[in-house]
Amino acid sequence: MTTQDTPKMSWWNRLAHPGQFLSWTRPLIGPLAGVTTVLMLVGLWFAFFNSPADYQMGDTVRIMYVHVPTAWLSQFVYAAMAVSALGTLVWRHPLADVSMKAAAPLGAAFTAMALFTGSMWGRPTWGTFWEWDGRMTSTLILLFIYLGIVALWRAFDDQLRAARVVAVFTLVGAVNVPIIKFSVDWWSTLHQPASVFRADGPTMPGSLLTPLFVMFFAFTLLFATLQLLAMHTEIRRRRLVTLERRTARGDTV
Amino acid sequence: MIGLGEHAEFIIAAYAGVFIGLGLLIGWSVYDSRRVRARLEALGDKRG
Repeated sequence: MTTQDTPKMSWWNRLAHPGQFLSWTRPLIGPLAGVTTVLMLVGLWFAFFNSPADYQMGDTVRIMYVHVPTAWLSQFVYAAMAVSALGTLVWRHPLADVSMKAAAPLGAAFTAMALFTGSMWGRPTWGTFWEWDGRMTSTLILLFIYLGIVALWRAFDDQLRAARVVAVFTLVGAVNVPIIKFSVDWWSTLHQPASVFRADGPTMPGSLLTPLFVMFFAFTLLFATLQLLAMHTEIRRRRLVTLERRTARGDTV
Repeated sequence: MIGLGEHAEFIIAAYAGVFIGLGLLIGWSVYDSRRVRARLEALGDKRG
């Protein structure tokens, strides 16, 4: 087959090839980090200097600008991992398990932040740091699932075998995501019902929504940046393991 | 800077907790990336 006869790689194949993925996503990390930083600074300016206190909660409403984005990411990251788990089990996509592994510690960190900020918001508004209600308990379970997944990845030397086990575990754990989302509708709870992501639109005024959306996009882009960086690191780590094995066998690199 | 009212300590603690957490997350991600790249280069890998 001559060079001219060689079929061009589709975008799907380019995405599936770790080396190609590294080369065409590497230039994205710098600009993503830059836009994230600007959005975060604008969001903080809105949060502290250009948004009103709530008529009921007062200034504690400002905790919402870090609580809602981290709570959103705790569920979004898990949903992304569940899609990657399908990619591993159904399509055997080479980057699906890389994506799944890279996302788990990030999801765990955002879930811990959501629980912490929720606790800081709960004390002045509800009078307690913690309540074993549906939303908080299911979010705590999500944190334990994330930590279990991180531990599971570390328990296997064979990362391909680990990927299949983790993918099944991730898909089973995905049942917790709709429970978190609808817990405030299903059970009597201290946590307020959804006020942003609703079928009939947000119920809060634009002066509170603007900083919330800026912070929402800042945190989501931060996750995208860290996810890409972590995927690059994981691809290189697997290359490193291969090289170390070859070196140990005495092969030339 | 605006006044944060009677519950300022909770607001400050929430933001401090999140940004310390983000700092650790970013720092760990960059450190891990550099460590793996340095080990690859030490083994003669030139692909970056």
